[in-house]
Amino acid sequence: MKILVAVKRVIDYNVQVRVKEDGTGVVTDNVKMSTNPPDDNAVEEAVKIKESGKAKEIVAITIGEEKAQETVRKALAVGADRGIHVKVDGVVEPLAVSKILQKIVDKEKPDLVFMGKQAIDDDCNQTGQMLAALLNWPQATFASKINVKESSLEVTREVDEGLETIEVNIPAIVTCDLRLNEPRYASLPNIMKAKKKPLEQINASDLGVDTKARIEQIKVEEPPKRKAGIKVANVSELVQKLKNEAKVI
Amino acid sequence: MSVLLIAEHNNKELRPFTYNAVSAACKIDENLHILILGNKSEAVAKSASEIPNVKKVIHVDNEIYENFIAENYTSAIIKHADAYSHIVCSANTFGKNLMPRIAALLDTSQVSDIIKVISADTFLRPIYAGNAFATVKSNDKKKCITIRPTSFEPAPATGGSAEIVKSEAGEAFKNSKFVKREEIKSDRPELGTARIVISGGRGMQNSENFKLISAIADKLNAAIGASRAAVDAGYITNDHQVGQTGKVVVPDLYIAVGISGAIQHLAGMKESKIIVAINKDGEAPIFSVADYGLEADLFEALPQFLEELNKLNTIQK
Repeated sequence: MKILVAVKRVIDYNVQVRVKEDGTGVVTDNVKMSTNPPDDNAVEEAVKIKESGKAKEIVAITIGEEKAQETVRKALAVGADRGIHVKVDGVVEPLAVSKILQKIVDKEKPDLVFMGKQAIDDDCNQTGQMLAALLNWPQATFASKINVKESSLEVTREVDEGLETIEVNIPAIVTCDLRLNEPRYASLPNIMKAKKKPLEQINASDLGVDTKARIEQIKVEEPPKRKAGIKVANVSELVQKLKNEAKVI
Repeated sequence: MSVLLIAEHNNKELRPFTYNAVSAACKIDENLHILILGNKSEAVAKSASEIPNVKKVIHVDNEIYENFIAENYTSAIIKHADAYSHIVCSANTFGKNLMPRIAALLDTSQVSDIIKVISADTFLRPIYAGNAFATVKSNDKKKCITIRPTSFEPAPATGGSAEIVKSEAGEAFKNSKFVKREEIKSDRPELGTARIVISGGRGMQNSENFKLISAIADKLNAAIGASRAAVDAGYITNDHQVGQTGKVVVPDLYIAVGISGAIQHLAGMKESKIIVAINKDGEAPIFSVADYGLEADLFEALPQFLEELNKLNTIQK
């Protein structure tokens, strides 16, 4: 079995995101970037399945500017076998990302495609479902447990009401929740070895996918600031304020 | 222009967030239709027809919709899509799972998780877990939109009498199968929708001490949350995590106990209507977003808090 894992380079989740003064976006210059957190879970799960003997090859793919390939190198360092970097500059919307992935799936013919359930930059939560639609494959989104069977996957999904289990026939798309596993860290020797693993570069334009934005970003602004609160002296004052001033209890 | 809202329900009744989605949908256009895909779901169609702002209910009843599988829903929705300028649903796990599958087949770039309707094609949506707000304009002819339910008031449930039109089921998708659903068996409200949330952080020191939190949660009928630090330290399970990598909550009252206020936690709760912080470090960043800050040792403050609540004659539920 072959697993394709898609990873995205985003602003590190520990960085305080700052909005640009001209309202055109958020500051990314000299800001720490890393792999989108649930994409790490997707890589980890693929590696675990390979370690269990149920998968033969893991291909990690990213779509983005030159530096995006760092995320593929990281995936290679924790166990992916080879990488693909589809080069494209600027914002690529999930619809275009899924069309690019569809082209790669047609070429690579993986049995499974894994990715994080959502990217923590645009918070769209679309790509996996869109790719599943374009391929007419089943989708197992927000996966917190995956059981690989003969020709299907049993997937436990995190839904608002609790947990839902579905069975999807292979080939299938899985989008991963943070609860799926604990991503491992790459060891230094493995980081060195990853540098020698093959990483193919493809220009998005060569795939014949239109990546032009369909959604115009008119402005990006800071969320409204909370007005300064007060310090209360003790618990009874706090309860009194909640009851009589804020009227929430 | 006309809007098609995909209802979320449990075959017996509409899920509460559907009413919030109705409010948002009406702001896009008044010509609002609701599509109900369910099994033995007549009661759902009837409730939908009673929502005053709904002009028409399309009801498709078939066993393939029993468990709301997105792959089955999609073909039925696509059949009706032609007649509408907008297709919308709630941005909870139901809508997040479903809408992109529809959008991709309609070749539309979806606008996710809107918190404000500026015009029929322009919306406000949070990005970076709410650390920035983006105003976006969709240039697609047909628009697929998911709505953050907590940003809109629920529409009234009764007073209307829209016509209910029956429609044929779409094609069944063979490669996905529902197995089971385990609803959280808790008497407490669900974290994502609770009116009050009380969360503990690393300051709780261990899992045993979360009893102090649960006693207050019981009293207030609140959901229990936690910071990532508390989860990572093993004090509480990850399904309680509030923050950028956990759940984003917007309750009427959020009580942060022993939580310093790391960026990633603030991203998950700072839109709450009222925030209370209890922390012994007066310099903790959580105080910068708190409406009411109490600088105190939580092991003294929490029992006192419970005692004070017990003294109250009434507590809102």
